[in-house]
Amino acid sequence: MSSIASTDHMFPIKVKNLSLEIDKKILLNNLTCELTARGITVIMGPNGAGKSLFVRCLHGLSKPKNGAILYGKLPVGASTRGRQSMVFQSPKLLRRSVIENLRFVANLNKKNDQNLLELLKKTDLSLLKDQQISTLSGGEKQRLSLARALVSNPEILFLDEATSSLDPRSVSIIENLMEEIKLKNVKIILITHDVNQAKRIADDIIFMNNGEIRETGLANDFFSNPQSQEARAFLKGDLII
Amino acid sequence: MVSLSSLTIACFIGIPLGTVLAIKRFYFRKTLLAVINSLMGLPPVLVGLIVYLYLSRSGPLGWLGILYSPTAMIIAQVILIAPIITALSNQIIEELHEDYRDLFLSLNAKPMQAVFAYIYDSRYSLLTVILAGFGRAISEVGAVIIVGGNIDHLTRVMTTAIALETSKGNLTLALGLGIILLVISLCISLLVMWIKSFSKRYSHV
Repeated sequence: MSSIASTDHMFPIKVKNLSLEIDKKILLNNLTCELTARGITVIMGPNGAGKSLFVRCLHGLSKPKNGAILYGKLPVGASTRGRQSMVFQSPKLLRRSVIENLRFVANLNKKNDQNLLELLKKTDLSLLKDQQISTLSGGEKQRLSLARALVSNPEILFLDEATSSLDPRSVSIIENLMEEIKLKNVKIILITHDVNQAKRIADDIIFMNNGEIRETGLANDFFSNPQSQEARAFLKGDLII
Repeated sequence: MVSLSSLTIACFIGIPLGTVLAIKRFYFRKTLLAVINSLMGLPPVLVGLIVYLYLSRSGPLGWLGILYSPTAMIIAQVILIAPIITALSNQIIEELHEDYRDLFLSLNAKPMQAVFAYIYDSRYSLLTVILAGFGRAISEVGAVIIVGGNIDHLTRVMTTAIALETSKGNLTLALGLGIILLVISLCISLLVMWIKSFSKRYSHV
């Protein structure tokens, strides 16, 4: 995490008429939005709203049926993915030791090992560096996922419900780290169901329901005066699917 | 030496092939897998006969002059073991692929980097596959007796020696050799069990 690459060509992120169908079921319907370079964008919405699928499309893991995603002028693909990292909802880790997981990404990105120990320290995993991942708790695995995501010095970091089902200490470590990397001009796109977490860290919000974007805007505006009825219901805890 | 050589060759063919079949999607992949799975149960005598026909003086590869040699036995055993190693390693890697697919795509890992990672991370499970292949190789008699000819000090192995001694009525020697073979097989089984428990403890692979 020593230095972050230039963000000149990756922003703004433009999503135009994005649609995705699986087995003739429309899962994302005509999404259009624009994300700026700075800050933390939180994607909220009830279960089945299409949040994870939207982020997968943004990262280039799923191919949309229609529409386009542009990072600056670059279409989404391997070249943009190489400048991003993703932390998945269920930790996806190599069946190796903690340090070997980080080393694998460092080798892929031709980075030296120097900052790996620093990342482990920041995620409070220093003492576990030689342990096999099968011995780690859920929180430790997710912190390791975040540490690994930062090895490549990404310009954009996606977190898909990375803190759901974690204890408060792990959530706090991850949130603090997010705040720290945000200051280094890393764009963070986070999915969460936790309204309080979104209030704590979000700069802007995308609210989704039934595969559509229902509302976008600054976090303060969204929480103080949600425009859509569904967003109001969601914030009150009434919108459950 | 025959069994070890055929096992080494079968591993070099079977493990990468099983891995590629687990992680790549292409037309006829399922058909190919079905063929490989069915080849796991190939009758050794039939393999011996086919290899014999190919390597016999009038066969298409007769000019090689390797019939009744250890090389012919190795070829026959590779044909028997390679499908087992391919199919079993395919199952193991496919399970791992469920976990790793999104990760490797996200990390932009190159295909060869992914293949090496799959093989490395499932090494303990693959070791049990290799030992299963070795077990099949040392216990095989039908194919090696046809293509090897059971020639003393050249192509006679333990199983063919047992078959010969039994046909000669020398049952004590045949039984003795059988017990040695059984002990070797038992040692391999114990080794497989130990490796499995070791892998569960240390890597959950």
